[in-house]
Amino acid sequence: MIPVSWYLTLAAILFSIGVYGFLARRNVIIMFLSIELMLNAANLNLVAVSHYLTDLRGQILTFFIIAVAAAEAAIGLGIVVALFRNKATVYADEIAQMKG
Amino acid sequence: MDTAPNFILTPLAPLAPELLLICLGLLLVVVDLFLGEKRHILPWLAALGTLTGLFLLGNGSGHFSDGLFGGMYILDAYSLFFKVICLIGVLFTVMLSVRYLDTEKMHQGEYYSLLVFAAVGMMVMVSAADMIVLYLGLELMALSVYCLVGLLKSDSRSNEAALKYFLMGAFSSGILLYGISLIYGMTGTTDLQLISQRLTELNLADNTLLFIALGMVLIAFSFKVAAAPFHMWAPDAYEGAPTPITAFMSVGPKAASFAVLGRILLSGFPELHVHWGPLIAGIALLTMATGNILAISQTNIKRMLAYSSIAHAGFALLGILATSNEGVSAIMNYMLIYAFMNMGAFAIIIMLNNRERRGEQLKDYRGLAQTNPVAAALMLIFMFSLTGIPPTAGFIGKFYLFLAAMNAGYTGTVIAAVILSAVSAYYYLRVVRYMYMYDSEKGEAVAMSPSLTAALIFAVIGVIGLGVAPGWVLEMASQSLPALAQ
Amino acid sequence: MPIYLLLLPILPLGSFILTFLFGKRLGRKAHWLPICAVLSCFGCAVMALLDVINGVTINTDLYSWISSGSFQVSVGFLLDELTAVMLIVVTSISTLVHIYSVGYMHDEPGYYRFFSYLSLFTFSMLMLVLGNNFAQLFFGWEAVGLSSYLLIGFYYEKESAANAGKKAFIVNRFGDFGFSLGIILVFLTFGTLHYDQVFAQAASITDQTFPVFGMVFDLPTLIALLLFCGAIGKSAQLPLHVWLPDAMEGPTPVSALIHAATMVTAGVFLVARCNPLFALSTTALNVVTMVGAVTCLFAATIALVQVDIKRVVAYSTVSQLAYMFMACGVGAYSAGIFHLFTHAYFKALLFLGCGSVIHAMSSEQDVRKMGGLKKYLPVTYWTFLLATLSISGIPGLAGFFSKDAILAAAFSSPIGAGKIAWFVGTLVAGMTAFYSFRLFFLTFHGTFRGTEEQRHHLHESPATMTVPLILLAVGAVSAGWFCIPPILGGHAPWISFLAPVLGEPGEHLGHATEWGLIATSVGAGLVGIATATLLYVIRPEIPDRLRDAWPKVHSWLFNKYSIDELYDGALVQPAIRFSRKVLLHVVDGKLIEGVVNGIPQAIGSFGERLRKIQNGQVHTYLSVMSTGALAVLIWMLVR
Repeated sequence: MIPVSWYLTLAAILFSIGVYGFLARRNVIIMFLSIELMLNAANLNLVAVSHYLTDLRGQILTFFIIAVAAAEAAIGLGIVVALFRNKATVYADEIAQMKG
Repeated sequence: MDTAPNFILTPLAPLAPELLLICLGLLLVVVDLFLGEKRHILPWLAALGTLTGLFLLGNGSGHFSDGLFGGMYILDAYSLFFKVICLIGVLFTVMLSVRYLDTEKMHQGEYYSLLVFAAVGMMVMVSAADMIVLYLGLELMALSVYCLVGLLKSDSRSNEAALKYFLMGAFSSGILLYGISLIYGMTGTTDLQLISQRLTELNLADNTLLFIALGMVLIAFSFKVAAAPFHMWAPDAYEGAPTPITAFMSVGPKAASFAVLGRILLSGFPELHVHWGPLIAGIALLTMATGNILAISQTNIKRMLAYSSIAHAGFALLGILATSNEGVSAIMNYMLIYAFMNMGAFAIIIMLNNRERRGEQLKDYRGLAQTNPVAAALMLIFMFSLTGIPPTAGFIGKFYLFLAAMNAGYTGTVIAAVILSAVSAYYYLRVVRYMYMYDSEKGEAVAMSPSLTAALIFAVIGVIGLGVAPGWVLEMASQSLPALAQ
Repeated sequence: MPIYLLLLPILPLGSFILTFLFGKRLGRKAHWLPICAVLSCFGCAVMALLDVINGVTINTDLYSWISSGSFQVSVGFLLDELTAVMLIVVTSISTLVHIYSVGYMHDEPGYYRFFSYLSLFTFSMLMLVLGNNFAQLFFGWEAVGLSSYLLIGFYYEKESAANAGKKAFIVNRFGDFGFSLGIILVFLTFGTLHYDQVFAQAASITDQTFPVFGMVFDLPTLIALLLFCGAIGKSAQLPLHVWLPDAMEGPTPVSALIHAATMVTAGVFLVARCNPLFALSTTALNVVTMVGAVTCLFAATIALVQVDIKRVVAYSTVSQLAYMFMACGVGAYSAGIFHLFTHAYFKALLFLGCGSVIHAMSSEQDVRKMGGLKKYLPVTYWTFLLATLSISGIPGLAGFFSKDAILAAAFSSPIGAGKIAWFVGTLVAGMTAFYSFRLFFLTFHGTFRGTEEQRHHLHESPATMTVPLILLAVGAVSAGWFCIPPILGGHAPWISFLAPVLGEPGEHLGHATEWGLIATSVGAGLVGIATATLLYVIRPEIPDRLRDAWPKVHSWLFNKYSIDELYDGALVQPAIRFSRKVLLHVVDGKLIEGVVNGIPQAIGSFGERLRKIQNGQVHTYLSVMSTGALAVLIWMLVR
């Protein structure tokens, strides 16, 4: 059996990749994908621990997270579409109208 | 045979306000399809529903329960208090929206529907006794507000605000979830009370990983209440959002996030106060400093109020610092007061909003005392209250917050807070100076609308009333607390 | 709590808010709401008085405004005999002044503003007298000060009016500083600000001391004197009297209401209310008496030669207030409050009479340009005569009874300054009669000395002004009948009515002594009247000869002992010079400039730099946020 710590390490790596991608990339779509990575790192943690503790809470939370992530992605894409109509760009560094 | 439906419905009865609002939210979207030209009744429908919700809340105030859905959902006086604040926020927002949406030509059912769903999200949040419910409420609220911010679809500032808010919000949710998953990993539960128990049972009070997890949760909520250095999204999102939504964001979601922060820290991790206490103190200081200092150099009043809202979050954090019932009741009191004074100030901004000018620039307030003395006098009261000058409510709010932090031994922090509060007078009273000391460029009358008038009256009564007779709120707030500090 | 007690402050407050916000639209109808409000207040005050007469006293906290541990600030009402009397005085005079103002302020711009301020004043004054604790007293104290400031400076385009408002405000700060120290000391000593609790514990602090900067003070004396500082400022006693004559720049109805009948008597009310504290210290009582005696003489001598009709009455007010302090100082609080009561009517009448004259004279205030107004202003003439007789202490009228009560109390007082007070009081009674009749004769008798144009405009005032005059005249005549002393066949119900709050004077005089005292004071008054008649009716050339004979004395008195100049030379000018030379060039140039402009500038430029971080780029935001997050996590790890 694979020890639970392996899962946790994998999740940590996944989370770090997500954070890195989110901070480093300028394309809003890629940034969304990075957030998905972060969420899935949390999911992985939850499922692994849930299995390890034979407690269902973690898996329930995972289901909720997956559902919410879908809604979140839809809204995020909606915002990007609206933005694209006005500004014709999906690069985060090209939108800096408000500042100060 | 007829006991069966009862069996199913009985546990849901205490949830009547939430259920009512969910139905209202759905109804608003559906009705919108059939109304056509009669859409102007939508806000009244929303207001009526919210009022009924408030009524149901008041009705249910006697039947508290700390174990709905297997202990995941608590109904106590603490959550009730914050739910009332949230619904007052929604009510205000609806009243402010009528006129604003008229000027912006944006009458939509989904606007009100999203507002109501955000309210439901907040209500779920403040009642959550479990991280799962907490997360769901949080996301329901956050997703609705993302949409609301970006609802002026053809306005590129609104798009930008929504995108920034969304990106950073989603990032902070990711951090929150990872934190929650770590806490679950260590304690094997997501129930706040159980977490507290397991911490002592499993001797986790020195566990480094737990600190990291707690840190992540703190970061996520600091983001939600726009505490520095996680406040960067707030000025832009506030400026770009439709003005009533700006008002809403600075009141509702903020109050709900403070409620949750209070519950997590005081009911989930009270033993770790030595660890998170100084951290919160530092964040509070940084927040007050950033908010107040940056507000000084603003010329856009909406943006100024955004920074002011950041500063006020810093003041409110002082109450969390105190880790006492006194501190938490001071926060509750403050959030209610803040709702009134901030909504009032935004109502004036919306009042000055017309097609030629947006009423957002400081110079739009020149000579307001001559062209519209009533509006100027009201704005004066709201600015005095935000500064914290007696006998307005703002003074009472700050007084008790400072007192609580002082009694908890954070004297230095309180002194800094008082100084920064004095700094804040500079930019609040600048608005007053513009209204009273300068001549108006063009004397144009300001059109009023019934809902806006009602909102203003409501707000000024709140600000003066809570300033002159603050006792009952505090009493109510402190009575609700034994449930929390178990 | 009876509803009228709540209505008393709420009605004028509501009227203030509504009139201030919406009065402009009402134009010349703006007076209706304030008048209705204050009239209802008068009704409430009468109900309160009836209740008190029937033995009901109320002391209740409405709610606590701030409570934190032992520090408690509450809003509450105390209705007892003293409050009831004050309520009647305040609401009745206020009502009449409101009505009078309808005529007097008729052509003024800012009509609604005037009435809203009057309502604000009424509210503040009622809060002051109704409060059951020192905090509320202080609130009312400052609020009447604010409304007085607003009303003195009502003609704010006029520089002298704006300056007078400022002067009143600044001079009162000196008194209020001591007053607030006194309140703080009361809290530190007794741990509460409620009258009943403080007074109940009062006896326990006798012989306690309080160290200040190494010197040791007797605690009761210190508290009493600090509180008295406030009274000196508000009631315009020496040396803080300078603001009151200047306050005459305000509209005349304001002078009658605020600067004669109600607000300036707040100091006397304070001393009477705190009588259990003052009773503990003979020193304090002697100080109160002496301040009263000196001010009394001082102000009366100035009034002898003034030529501005309102200033004569203003100095007369200062002098009469001093009588009340003398009464309080010798322990005859109910006599002091009695004089407050009668004085309110005859002095308000005098002021409103002056107002009527000024109104008729097209805003002329110099008595040298008046004369012979009797036939033009009959109602004003007769009512003014009654007020003048009353203040001169003619038997049977209000002023006689109250002045007599004070003089008798002073004469019989055991404290050291009592006999001095009696002597000064009797002397000043004569002077009062003299200057009052001087004013009266100069104004109404003789020949008209003004311009033809003024003569052409002379007219009796409208009914809105004369009716209040007549009603006040009734008060000026009959207000004294509540306290006819036993020796004159009365029962003095006033004294026994106020006894539960103010105590009863212990000493009783023999019949012969009492008759002697009455005869002396009446005699002094008659001599004063006779002299005035001689100098201003029979031989009007004598005053000029007297002035030429003693030019120094005249100019000394005429210039009010040069107190204003003294303050100006000793305090104001040095302060200005100091601020010009030292502050402006050295401190202001560097320090103040540095602090006042520098701090906002520094913060501003710091803010500007911070704003650079807020550059609109999502990734900048994210990196700040991540840095913060990292800092939080590292802190959590290190900890």
